[in-house]
Amino acid sequence: MTLLSWTRRSLMAAAGAALVAGGLSGAAYAQTPPGVLIVGQIAEPKSLDPAAVTAVNDFRILVNVYEGLTRYKSGTLEVEPSLATSWDISDDGTEYTFTLRDGVSFHDGTPFDAEAVKFNFDRMLDESHPYHDTGPFPLSFFFGAVESTDVVDAMTVKFTLNAPYAPFLSNLAYPTGLMVSPAAVAANGKEFGRNPVGTGPFKFAEWRSNEAVVVERNDGYWGEAAGTEAVVFRPITDANTRVAEMLAGGIDLMVEVPPTSLGQFGGDEFAVAEQAGPHVWFLILNAKEGPFADKRIRQAANYAINKEAIVNDVLEGTATVAAGPTPPAFAWAYNEALDPYPYDPEKAKALIAEAGMEGADLTFYVTEGGSGMLDPVPMGTAIQADLQAVGLNVKIETYEWNTFLGEVNPGLEGKADMAEMAWMTNDPDTLPYLALRSGAWPDKGGFNSGYYANPKVDELLEAARTATDQAERAELYREMQTIVQEDAPWVFVANWKQNAVTNDRVENFGLEPSFLLHLQGVVKN
Amino acid sequence: MVSYILKRLLSAIPVLLGITIIVFLIMSLIPGDPATAILGSYATPENVEKLNRDLGLDKPMVQRYFIWLGNMLTGDFGRSFSLNRPVIDEVLERFNATLILAGTAFTLCSLLGILAGVVSAARQYGFADKAITFVVLIGISVPSFFLGMMMILLFAVNLRWLPVSGMFAIYGGGDLPDLIRHLTMPALALAAVATGVIARLSRSAMLEVLRQDFIRTARAKGVPERRVIMGHALRAAMVSIIPILGIQAGFVLSGAVYIEIVFQWPGVGRMLVDAILKRDLLLVQGGVVIVAACYVLFNIAVDVAQSLLDPRIKT
Repeated sequence: MTLLSWTRRSLMAAAGAALVAGGLSGAAYAQTPPGVLIVGQIAEPKSLDPAAVTAVNDFRILVNVYEGLTRYKSGTLEVEPSLATSWDISDDGTEYTFTLRDGVSFHDGTPFDAEAVKFNFDRMLDESHPYHDTGPFPLSFFFGAVESTDVVDAMTVKFTLNAPYAPFLSNLAYPTGLMVSPAAVAANGKEFGRNPVGTGPFKFAEWRSNEAVVVERNDGYWGEAAGTEAVVFRPITDANTRVAEMLAGGIDLMVEVPPTSLGQFGGDEFAVAEQAGPHVWFLILNAKEGPFADKRIRQAANYAINKEAIVNDVLEGTATVAAGPTPPAFAWAYNEALDPYPYDPEKAKALIAEAGMEGADLTFYVTEGGSGMLDPVPMGTAIQADLQAVGLNVKIETYEWNTFLGEVNPGLEGKADMAEMAWMTNDPDTLPYLALRSGAWPDKGGFNSGYYANPKVDELLEAARTATDQAERAELYREMQTIVQEDAPWVFVANWKQNAVTNDRVENFGLEPSFLLHLQGVVKN
Repeated sequence: MVSYILKRLLSAIPVLLGITIIVFLIMSLIPGDPATAILGSYATPENVEKLNRDLGLDKPMVQRYFIWLGNMLTGDFGRSFSLNRPVIDEVLERFNATLILAGTAFTLCSLLGILAGVVSAARQYGFADKAITFVVLIGISVPSFFLGMMMILLFAVNLRWLPVSGMFAIYGGGDLPDLIRHLTMPALALAAVATGVIARLSRSAMLEVLRQDFIRTARAKGVPERRVIMGHALRAAMVSIIPILGIQAGFVLSGAVYIEIVFQWPGVGRMLVDAILKRDLLLVQGGVVIVAACYVLFNIAVDVAQSLLDPRIKT
């Protein structure tokens, strides 16, 4: 017996084993069952407690399991009734009285009433509340204006604010304002985030760590029942793998498709959905010192950067050119009359020459990635080249996202002239109030890292925040946008269009401008 | 023997203590803190400070280290900020998945690598040797994550023979055949490089032994060639092959990080990468300590195995 024949035999055995293994797998693998929608998510959720999370990724699950007192009307960022059927606002704008929807109960059978609402807000805001330790609640400042929550009667609840605060209603529609079952919090304590109970069209079924979160149709739902029996959220952190799963049929719906992969979903078996949202991508300019202290140079930067090229070539059409600080998705508050700064390098050169800043050196903070930052490194490089072309020497410093925030949020003074930034918000108040007021300079606890200051803008923002009439607020925001565009504290670059791909078995799917993922009406064949 | 094992175990204690200090220092000194990571755009100094206080990160570093170490000695690894569950639950669950993946890959690469090395050596410069050397060279040269992506494109997207990613089917899975289907591609991709290394080193170890006198004597006495190779030569060569296996086990374990990301295998490597990006201090620290402890124990086991095989090694 020679060694070779022995090896041959074992090779035959190995080949046989491989055939058996191949047979096990069968042909058309990855056929997902009808009535069950499988969603490819970008990460594992942190928690399913709406008060404890901050990521859009987690919100996508939450809004299907929970509901808030208000919600965004489909296709808009305007507020409409949800668990509250109506509300009254006192004349001074500090008392909000809500009438609650009758006959709603949480998935665990706990009735939804004024006591439950009070429990939710006290848990978040009152440090002496017995379940405050189920936090931390990082976004509780959304309701920082709430002084007290009072039960008027079983179906009426009253919020008293410490000052008029117009974004209150839209903050209630934000996931931080979703209502959890008090009984379930009491039963699960810190583990509530893994055993969520809400009132929504889907109820929580199972969370298998790093594999899937499964929610099932809530047959006792007060509204129209969900179109699928169950939805499975799968965390697939690697974008290439997510695309491969979608192509192989392992998932039915995929969010945040990388721009360069969109071409792979051109066929009939896929549908691509796009929706502009309340997102703005901009460059913070250091208006306190250096070249950008001169308004002409800030405007020159806005003229010099070819935003069309960035959104079409770098971002492959997944964004539109931004005109000002407020994204057009806030249709009611957006100033339609505003046109983006045109791409005009000659004008930029003239402005730079006028200010005598030819050949100025600039330090530019770029991040490697991060929430809403799209494709920051290629975008930063394109911007550098455009500024170079008009005679500004830009030096890029690149940081990992958390480090980047640690550098940028405390202010750019003494470190940099410009920095990339992006925000996604739920109200036209949030971003300008936190990042454009002189009262929001970093040393005062805000995000105005470029030290922009204009008393008129401050005044408009304060007035818009306290006015409770929407038309009046809209007028103030429009005026603010005109002034800010002219002052150019930022380079306004892009408004992102969120995208998603579905396969041909999914019907009735659409994206919302709020970036939330409502799956109630979706049908899977 | 027992005293040798005990001695080795005792010597592991300062190693592990050193690891706790290093991982704690690295996580404390890199820029960016958990509160900033959690709050993202909303990380105002005020919010960061409040959240850090809630997370217990406002205490001095030295004090935090000893609290962590003390708790760990009582079995309390703390709670993960980013996953909102006890660190130990998460790490053990994940480690289980990594062990299945890395264990399968390690078994594959040991068996295939040694077999290929033995065949190569027995047929030096023959057709089998040349074919194996060629395949092995490819195995060593292709990065495992690239091999993994190519396998996904071919076997999952185009042929649809195997699932793209994950450990079990999302619906109706969970049994052994399901696990094997999910395990096939990642385990092969992970085993590829190590198989090549083991094959090459086994081949040279075998060639060296085959040149020695006792092999000539065995052949001269008419011992069948198969027994000469598998019995006499391989046994002697194993003394130099086993330490290689020990080193390769470390490579397989660390290579699992890439493979787990490509195939979305719910293992400890992918967990650590996510945790580092989210600055989840306790999860990173706990995870690293547990993985390091396993690695140290495995190395002790390899040394013990070697001393059993080779009486020349003093115990």
